[in-house]
Amino acid sequence: MAAGSSSNWVMESAHDVPHVLAVDDNLIDRKLVEKLLRNSSCKVTTAENGPRALELLGLTSGGQNTMNDRSKVNLVITDYCMPGMTGYELLKKIKESSVMKEVPVVIMSSENIPTRINKCMEEGAQMFILKPLKQSDVKKLTCQLMN
Amino acid sequence: MDGLVQLQKQLVDYTASLFREGFLDDQFNQLQQLQDESNPEFVVEVVTLFFEDAERLLNELSKTLDSSFPNRGQASIDFKKLDAHVHQLKGSSSSIGAQRVHSVCISFRNSCEEQNVEGCLKNLQQVRHEYSLVKTKLETLFRMEKQILEAAG
Repeated sequence: MAAGSSSNWVMESAHDVPHVLAVDDNLIDRKLVEKLLRNSSCKVTTAENGPRALELLGLTSGGQNTMNDRSKVNLVITDYCMPGMTGYELLKKIKESSVMKEVPVVIMSSENIPTRINKCMEEGAQMFILKPLKQSDVKKLTCQLMN
Repeated sequence: MDGLVQLQKQLVDYTASLFREGFLDDQFNQLQQLQDESNPEFVVEVVTLFFEDAERLLNELSKTLDSSFPNRGQASIDFKKLDAHVHQLKGSSSSIGAQRVHSVCISFRNSCEEQNVEGCLKNLQQVRHEYSLVKTKLETLFRMEKQILEAAG
């Protein structure tokens, strides 16, 4: 994998199953995104908020990384509007980290607000997807990931 | 055999009517397409989660708005909290394709933003009504599907 390029999503081997971390405070949306990703042959871990996501990514000091090295996350997909830490704030934290900054982060939102979209793209988001999520959205995502 | 065909036709017609009358939109089709042998109950599971979540949120909305509580004068209504709950309901209803519920939630959010108490009270009534309708209809739909599975043996 080329260093310094967050647009290089190439998997390390053709047999790798993408491991996606999906973050959303809404239970129904979590279940939906999980199924959509599983149907696209992804391994999925879900988190209900930003801090939990950071914990799972091993980005909190002293926090427990509950995923071992072999389960390295290939993609983070997060809702924008979450109480406490927003998806944007989560994106920033991931992009600021030395370990995880290459991981593509996709932002989902039910609201189509250009300033919001631009803000996220400027911060290094790979893509911005409008909710509700559909199969075609996820297919597009995973195709790029597996390219 | 004839009975099964009848049931299937009824299901098709009933489903079509739900779309025609705006209770459901294309997102519900998305849910159905996601269902497969690895998860044959997916739609029922997600919709059931929606019912539970919606009922919880409607309760919260009532509590926040109910001025019959002695210490809840209209001046102390927490519109931010109201909006947060409506936002959740708006999201889940949209994700399962419950179009009418979703539409009322949009109006409801506007009322919250305007801090319009009358508007909020009216919207709450509307969203309760639409939720109750779509719940009944989806339960009917699931019952019909179950009947077909049983008739098909």
